[in-house]
Amino acid sequence: MAVEQPVATKSGDQTRIHNIGYRAYDGPRLGRSYATRSLYSQSLRGAYGLGRSVKSKVLPMLLFVVMCVPAAIMVAVAVATKASDLPVDYTRYAIVMQAVISLYVASQAPQSVSRDLRFKTVPLYFSRPIETADYVRAKFAALASALFLLTAAPLLVLYVGALLAKLDFADQTKGFAQGLVSVALLSLLFAGIGLVIASFTPRRGFGIAAVIAVLTISYGSVSTLQAIADAQSLDGEGSSGAIAWIGLFSPITLIDGVQSAFLGASSAFPGGVGPSNGEGVVYVLLTLGLIAASYGLLMRRYRKVGL
Amino acid sequence: MYDPTVARLTYRALLGRRRALILGALPLLLIVISVLVRVLAGADDQTASDLLGGLALATMVPIIGVIAGTGAIGPEIDDGSVVYLLSKPVKRPTIIFTKLIVAIAVTMVFSALPTFIAGFILNGNGQQIAVAYTVAALVASIAYAAIFLLLGTVSRHAVVFGLVYALVWEALFGSLVAGARTLSVQQWSLAVAQKVAGGDMVTSDVGLTTATVLLAVVTVVATWYAGQKLRSLTLAGEE
Repeated sequence: MAVEQPVATKSGDQTRIHNIGYRAYDGPRLGRSYATRSLYSQSLRGAYGLGRSVKSKVLPMLLFVVMCVPAAIMVAVAVATKASDLPVDYTRYAIVMQAVISLYVASQAPQSVSRDLRFKTVPLYFSRPIETADYVRAKFAALASALFLLTAAPLLVLYVGALLAKLDFADQTKGFAQGLVSVALLSLLFAGIGLVIASFTPRRGFGIAAVIAVLTISYGSVSTLQAIADAQSLDGEGSSGAIAWIGLFSPITLIDGVQSAFLGASSAFPGGVGPSNGEGVVYVLLTLGLIAASYGLLMRRYRKVGL
Repeated sequence: MYDPTVARLTYRALLGRRRALILGALPLLLIVISVLVRVLAGADDQTASDLLGGLALATMVPIIGVIAGTGAIGPEIDDGSVVYLLSKPVKRPTIIFTKLIVAIAVTMVFSALPTFIAGFILNGNGQQIAVAYTVAALVASIAYAAIFLLLGTVSRHAVVFGLVYALVWEALFGSLVAGARTLSVQQWSLAVAQKVAGGDMVTSDVGLTTATVLLAVVTVVATWYAGQKLRSLTLAGEE
């Protein structure tokens, strides 16, 4: 703007500063917690494509529908045939639909964090009152809530359906509550793993592939090894304890182990034998440890970012 | 039809920096698991067949195929740097063909080779199982790379759609609906493997003739259509 070089002013009385009406902001400052809450709600909406383009609504909504439709069909069958029990346990549902859940995490975790890295908006967030911990907490909580919505909605459908079919109220409520606890753990675990992996790559595509690879390959190898260990123990050589210990190495079998040890679920492990109570404690500790570790890793990742 | 410079660039985009390590982690895991199984359970044809069929062919090959196939062109279209490539006097079908060759090569090296090694570790190629699954992985690599390369030019959510096909369609629907198996790269390649193995360890739901015809048609059509898509590529802004 230095178009006119100010000529050396000899007579000081001619210089003046014009007041052109700039005003300081004196409204309410909404502060750090408000900014964190906004980031949380925006991320949560973004995880279902709300407030984004139509194209990016398609996939999360589709996965949501795919999650709920089998539950609705089961309920319809149970009501029509006057069955005495639901075809699938509340706790089992997420295990059965794990491919859909994995796809959802894989597609939405990079959407949540990779794009901020790629378009270098993270420094802009941190120029606001929020701190590293707020950003990490908001993103983590948003993805975990989105996952909880995805996994709890079909359970709700099952529960309402079960009550409509006049199944036993106490029994169903207990099962429903156990299912909710298990999907809450699952949501936290999956959100943590997905975000940690996604936060290390600014490329969305690569993040998706990395998350899905970690989730499916670990499950694939664990279930293969368990099947082999099961066949061995049937031959009378190995011990069935090996099956439980192998299950520690993939997220979905981890959740399966926790819920079959403490939440009254029947295990999806080969042979149908879940971990015992002692082993179950290890499962719970490892699950909580993984959640805490992914939070810690995220904090470390965002300590200095894009600077 | 083949441009060495494009090939070099694609190769570096796929394997440059730390990406080769990440891609290499999956095959390494397969080999580690096979060593574990061999040590713990000994050599067994059924186990070898289960592991190679369930883990290598059903999970690893499609995932490597998705990463290599979409990674060969997807990121370039995504960040817009493909314009610089398209503005060069290189025919676009040539670009596609070259990228396809690189994607196929990468998929084969990172999936078929470890399958072969794992097969030998598991049961020393008893009943031709290692060779059969290696052939299946090689055949599947070609088809997967072509399909996912096409997806990479069609959509910016190519990785997701590729994974939906590989995991939901082939694994989930394939096990529930018999008809879905006819339209599955995995089953086509298994048909070829069945012919190689000759025994009843490797089975497919699709006949050999159908499988080879479908494999060839899908590969050729996908490559051709990807070339057409690249000819009329419009660069959309970020959503």
